[in-house]
Amino acid sequence: MSKHTAKEVLLNPIFANNPIGLQILGICSALAVTSNLNTALVMSVALTLVTGFSNLFIAMIRTQIPASIRMIVQMVIIASLVIVVDQILKAYAFSLAKQLSVFVGLIITNCIVMGRAEAFAMQNPPWISFLDGIGNGLGYSAMLITLGVVRELFGAGKLFGVEILSLVKDGGWYVPNGLLLLPPSAFFLIGLIIWGLRTWRTEQKEPAPFRLAPQVSDKEGC
Amino acid sequence: MSNKESTGRTLFVALAVSLVASVFVAGSAVALKPVQIENRLLDKQRSILAIAGLGGEGLSSREVKELFNRRIKARVVDLSTGEYNDSLDPVTFDPLKAAKDPKQSEALPPGQDIALIKRRERYTTVYMLEQEGRLEALILPIRGYGLWSTLHGFLAIKPDLNTVVGLGFYQHAETPGLGGEVDNPKWKGMWPGKTLFDASGKPVIKIVKGGVDPASPDAAHQVDALAGATLTSNGVDRLLQFWLGEQGFGPYLAKLRQQGA
Repeated sequence: MSKHTAKEVLLNPIFANNPIGLQILGICSALAVTSNLNTALVMSVALTLVTGFSNLFIAMIRTQIPASIRMIVQMVIIASLVIVVDQILKAYAFSLAKQLSVFVGLIITNCIVMGRAEAFAMQNPPWISFLDGIGNGLGYSAMLITLGVVRELFGAGKLFGVEILSLVKDGGWYVPNGLLLLPPSAFFLIGLIIWGLRTWRTEQKEPAPFRLAPQVSDKEGC
Repeated sequence: MSNKESTGRTLFVALAVSLVASVFVAGSAVALKPVQIENRLLDKQRSILAIAGLGGEGLSSREVKELFNRRIKARVVDLSTGEYNDSLDPVTFDPLKAAKDPKQSEALPPGQDIALIKRRERYTTVYMLEQEGRLEALILPIRGYGLWSTLHGFLAIKPDLNTVVGLGFYQHAETPGLGGEVDNPKWKGMWPGKTLFDASGKPVIKIVKGGVDPASPDAAHQVDALAGATLTSNGVDRLLQFWLGEQGFGPYLAKLRQQGA
């Protein structure tokens, strides 16, 4: 088994192996919660903590988990953590919890959490698994925060709800791009980011799934 | 290691994990409950202040509490007679709990249950915004079914008991971006100034599709529907009809009108 270093598992997922950019996981919530930076940030913290701790707990009991029920056991641990995070948000950040509505609950089904549990925590000791979870959470966060900054700044002229670009309707000069506040805009942005990422780091390019064969003309008349 | 995959071992691990997880979840839910209840109350008070036109969104929780206690008076009303019932304390009385209690509520016959709430409580809490003892706005709790969920909100009206001061929902689970737009400040901004009743006292407020024609004589009673959310719009329309009608606040409003006249 290859050795993972702490730095590697923590930082690799941010650019080299970004869960959204390279693995294309967790897109759904990336569309939904990034129309402003506040919700994007809270979602990032929530997901990072859940991924980290679920990896930690799963790695701690990984030698005890029977293979036949391993997915269910992972699910139980992840779901419990998500409920606790949801309860904490409802208690200490009620208005944010209201804005995030179903999406905190949906961390349970976020492929990143389950993916890291199955791919990493089941094979590795607790501490490095915890770092791997945090690292992947950071990768997800980096993407969400980038989206949040672009969408809120150019869609509403604000950051964290504070006006940065003065809007035309308040006598300023900036005409906001309303499309950016709608979920589909995140698709375009994620697409552009992935394009940029793969141009910068060419090793992330996927081989073409097939080649177009040259056209051959019919040999026999028909 | 072969032992690990045995049935007994599998059952044991499943049980142990479930047990630990349930203790963990239940523990956090119980420990955080008081803070959450506090938050929910604060959210409701904030929403009442916002709908009554006193701001609300930008206020800190201390300011909300202070402003609410200073400006808003709550009283319990008997919905069927329209009389106040001061033997019930509006701070501790919970109309939503009462609506579930067969002793404190009535089942609505299907034809009259246009807001789809099934049971209506006998008593409910109304809120009054007062300035030096004079009524400035009357805030009525309203609720009804939209597309996925029951919308809970408030309707604030002027002392003429006809003109809308504000309308808003503090709790619902409609589709974000479609029915969820009931929270959109732009849509809520269309309500103030609309009138609810016609000359004979019938509730005529209506949510219409395709925009309100400002030249129409009914424009004062009409609000544009939410785009892409027909069922939520219908739900809001019906719940207003219900709560302004005889089954809702009709008797109470009639009583107030008599006293005012």
